[in-house]
Amino acid sequence: MAKFRKEGGKRLPAISTASLPDIIFMLLFFFMTTTTMKENTMLVDMKLPEATELTKLEKKSLAKYIYIGVPKRELQKQNGTEARVQLDDAFAKKTSDVGSYIASKRDAMPENDQPLMIVSLKVDKDTKMGVVTDVKQELRKAYARKIYYTANERANAY
Amino acid sequence: MKKREIQEINASSMADISFLLLIFFLVTTSMATDKGLFRTLPPPVEKKEKKDKVEVNKRNIMMVLVNSNDKLMVNGEVMDVTRLKDKAKEFIANPANKSDLPEKETVDIPFFGPSRITSKHVISLQNDRGTSYQAYIAVQNELVAAYNELRDEISVRQFNGRKYSDLTEEEQNAVKDYYPLKISEAEPKDYGQAAGGAQ
Repeated sequence: MAKFRKEGGKRLPAISTASLPDIIFMLLFFFMTTTTMKENTMLVDMKLPEATELTKLEKKSLAKYIYIGVPKRELQKQNGTEARVQLDDAFAKKTSDVGSYIASKRDAMPENDQPLMIVSLKVDKDTKMGVVTDVKQELRKAYARKIYYTANERANAY
Repeated sequence: MKKREIQEINASSMADISFLLLIFFLVTTSMATDKGLFRTLPPPVEKKEKKDKVEVNKRNIMMVLVNSNDKLMVNGEVMDVTRLKDKAKEFIANPANKSDLPEKETVDIPFFGPSRITSKHVISLQNDRGTSYQAYIAVQNELVAAYNELRDEISVRQFNGRKYSDLTEEEQNAVKDYYPLKISEAEPKDYGQAAGGAQ
């Protein structure tokens, strides 16, 4: 019976951490599947307008983003305090850049998805419509006719 | 010769690696889904098409103007944005069959059969370059709300108390045919002329 005698007195056995990687991997996969990457760093101040009749943007892969607003404070020296259009990570030099931007984004998409492209307009609520209208005209010219005015939920309807 | 035993791979660093990945994904992600209003822009206009616009009967147009002070004018009448929804609902449905509201037409719609609907109505939304985006979205929102409420009302009546969002896709399409969403955003440069025409 000597075989089964405890060695080394009453020390607690170490907790096995062998299953820890599995647990972490499970968490990892959960987050990998549920998440989307941040689209862009914002160069403009953005407070979205509020509305009640909102629909969710289901397919984010079909959405291309255009941001319009006043440049952030630290960028105002170079870019002024007027509302500007942000495409990807840079300001558009002129409004007509929107057309070529959309065209290049569309070309990068799979062919089946191209007609389904949605242009999501994220516009600061204090922006004047003049800039927005110009962008919309450019989108029309580029045949990017499906647009999406991103807004925040407002609790009370009128 | 004694066969050498294959050594087990040490997996203790696996946890650290996956932790690192996990933290990376935690940091780069944004769970929030976007919400907003869908809209389809009209195709780019050629010069020739402009003539067709004039032929739309005046009773079929609801002219919504928003000026640079975010004030609203509907068919020549100054209005608060809170009243816009009811006005739009009356315009779209024309329940009393008034002669100054859109004319009705008999259209065969699945589930509904031949129905008298205002298929030719157009809500024309025009804004000034100085209008704020918030005011513009508020107006758009009220117009969409008008359509949504009308669609809910007709769904409840037609489909045993089920709301529009509870219907199947075919039923929803039928309701959409009953109340087609017709919001036109006019050419920005037409603003001056069109405003004159509305009065």
